[in-house]
Amino acid sequence: MSSTSTTGVRMPAAKPLIPLPSPATLRGLMWQALLAAAVVLLGWWLYNNMLTNMAARGLQFGFGFLGRSAGIPIGEAIIPYTPADSYQRALTVGLLNTLRVAVLGILLATLLGLALGLARLSSNPLLRALTGAYIEVIRNTPLVLQLVFWHAIILQLPSVRQALNPLPGVFLSQRGLKLPAFLADEALVSGLFALLAAALLWYGLVRREAARQAATGERRSTLLPGLGLLVAFPLLSAALVGAPRWDWPELAGFNFQGGITLSPEFFALLLGLVIYTAAFVAEIVRAGIQSVHKGQWEAARALGLPGGRIMRLVILPQALRVIVPPLTSQYLNLTKNSSLAVVIGYPDLVSVSNTSINQTGQAVEVISIFMAVYLIISLVTSLLMNLYNRAVALKER
Amino acid sequence: MPATATAAPKAAPASPSLGERARGFVKACFDGPLNIAISLCCIALLVWLVPPLFRWAVLDATWEGTAQTCRQNAGACWAFIREKFWFSVFGLYPFEERWRPATMLLILVAMVLASTVRRFWNRWLLLGWAIAAPAMWVLMQGGILGLPYVQTRQWGGLTITGIIAVYGLALGYPRSILLALGRRSKLSLVRWFCTAIIECVRGVPLISLLFMAAIMLPLFLPQGVTVDRLIRVLFAYTLFTAAYMAEVVRGGLQAMPRGQYEAADSLGLTYWQKMRLIILPQALTITIPAQVNTFIGLFKDTTLVVVIGVFDFFTTLRASLGDPNWLGFPTEAYVYAAAVYFVLCYAMSRYSQRLEREFRPGAR
Repeated sequence: MSSTSTTGVRMPAAKPLIPLPSPATLRGLMWQALLAAAVVLLGWWLYNNMLTNMAARGLQFGFGFLGRSAGIPIGEAIIPYTPADSYQRALTVGLLNTLRVAVLGILLATLLGLALGLARLSSNPLLRALTGAYIEVIRNTPLVLQLVFWHAIILQLPSVRQALNPLPGVFLSQRGLKLPAFLADEALVSGLFALLAAALLWYGLVRREAARQAATGERRSTLLPGLGLLVAFPLLSAALVGAPRWDWPELAGFNFQGGITLSPEFFALLLGLVIYTAAFVAEIVRAGIQSVHKGQWEAARALGLPGGRIMRLVILPQALRVIVPPLTSQYLNLTKNSSLAVVIGYPDLVSVSNTSINQTGQAVEVISIFMAVYLIISLVTSLLMNLYNRAVALKER
Repeated sequence: MPATATAAPKAAPASPSLGERARGFVKACFDGPLNIAISLCCIALLVWLVPPLFRWAVLDATWEGTAQTCRQNAGACWAFIREKFWFSVFGLYPFEERWRPATMLLILVAMVLASTVRRFWNRWLLLGWAIAAPAMWVLMQGGILGLPYVQTRQWGGLTITGIIAVYGLALGYPRSILLALGRRSKLSLVRWFCTAIIECVRGVPLISLLFMAAIMLPLFLPQGVTVDRLIRVLFAYTLFTAAYMAEVVRGGLQAMPRGQYEAADSLGLTYWQKMRLIILPQALTITIPAQVNTFIGLFKDTTLVVVIGVFDFFTTLRASLGDPNWLGFPTEAYVYAAAVYFVLCYAMSRYSQRLEREFRPGAR
């Protein structure tokens, strides 16, 4: 040992002209090459098996079947659809149904979850206990079970003629939920644009006041002018174009006329997803708010900030950092869980795909399509939420 | 003795008498106008919900008899559950062989209970599982040792729920560790490969994986080769478990201070020695509560096999709804199923919370 080290000091080994990679790097390269070869070989083997199997069943691999007439009856569709339409159209209808329940579900689950999470932190022990019981029961039972349960409950509701009428214009029967809605005409569009314009103006006002406060230290509330804008603009629109008209559901003969309908399947799915996801959101919100150190509350109070602004300016920005990442995965879970629609017969993407597979036998293609669609939805959602997360994340200087 | 001595002063101020606690509860409920209003709303909700539910579930319920008796009474029909109880445990397993799934469930319960005791967390427990898991399968399937052969198609009920959960975890867990290590590997190809698998599996619903296993997998196998449907389900479920657990394990790997990696390197350990002896024991231990939580989710997801017609606990109950002698009691069946899942999952979640408390730094 000592002799080699002394020679090493006196005469360093001649460097090779091209630096050879170290043994560890070589080993790494070898493993990677083996992995790549294994993946390629496996893929090739599977692909060949698939072609042989499909040929044996008289099928051809390819997406040509998408153009053929599907003949699948679909109960509810956002875009016009008849069974004579193509498979592509049928799958699009399924996808839109998935998106409809996912978007509505995410909105409602966030609101309910936020309320429950705050209730879980209430100073009232009775409210805390009730919310806790709700959260534990919902979180510890499988979602499929809850979905079929709600579906069974809705199907046991009274018939249309004896529909429950909890609020004026709202009817609950075994045919689903009936809600009043605005007629989609130019008055509604104009009113919505007026609301949007008022909100944007209010936002501009808030920004200007914030800049003013930063410059002068003087603070003026934008609440009253903002609310004024929100009331004045739609009123102006109503005066110019006319007020939006209600489409009120009414019992006529054996069914309802007017209003919008949530089918029993859609209603059960939405209800189940919202109730289930809200329990998880509530826990995330609670953990997020609890993660903010007590000293932050005390410091904000010592600065003389009123309660609402402590929450908005000090606590929420810090809590959101903890809340946003797990909330993202809950949103993704809700979207993926909406595929359980197949169990209660709501025509979502998976349900339509399933029927398409049974009719065409093109299992590989159809399953690849809907898996790809879910992957894209997942990636886009996490991309958007990551952007938002970057905005609220801790900015270390 | 020393344990109780240290615990006593901590516990003493935290546990006032029951009467004091109740008084404190009532006082907090009616402290200020807002709290009074909230409490009254809560009480109104309870009064609206609890008495009718109690009347339905207990007072007016039918505990024994036939569907006819049930229809005469207004309340729940627990006689239906009584009738279908053993069916929901064993499914269509041959009647005279039912001692086999019963033994299997007993082994399963014993192993799970043993695994919750931290004193037993060692090699022997691992060995125990390595023997118990195949033994459970052999017991169920038979065909050797004089046991008649029973097709997996005839397995069902709670037994199959247990089998899917246990085998999914046993097969998925080692793979999850490999995936997590691969995702943090320095070799870029390995890293991409593992990341792709994890993200693809996590990005799609479990039922699409189940569809893939049930419908698509046979197309990818050579002609003439068929794989049992339960094995195909386990394939999908294992993949799912591995991907979800991998993210938990990765969290543990990332939480290890860099010094641990550097210390292992400076001892001259190889990559696998470093992982096996230094990093993984710590990373896996600190993530055990998270692993239990993930497992609760995975356990609940065993119900999804309903979409491909495997008769697990939930599907078996759902199938018994179609019994022409017992039509019209879905609510009872779902409440019973929910109660069973709730008890199991709640027990697991309490266990995970206890571990979390014990693992918190400075708790020991």
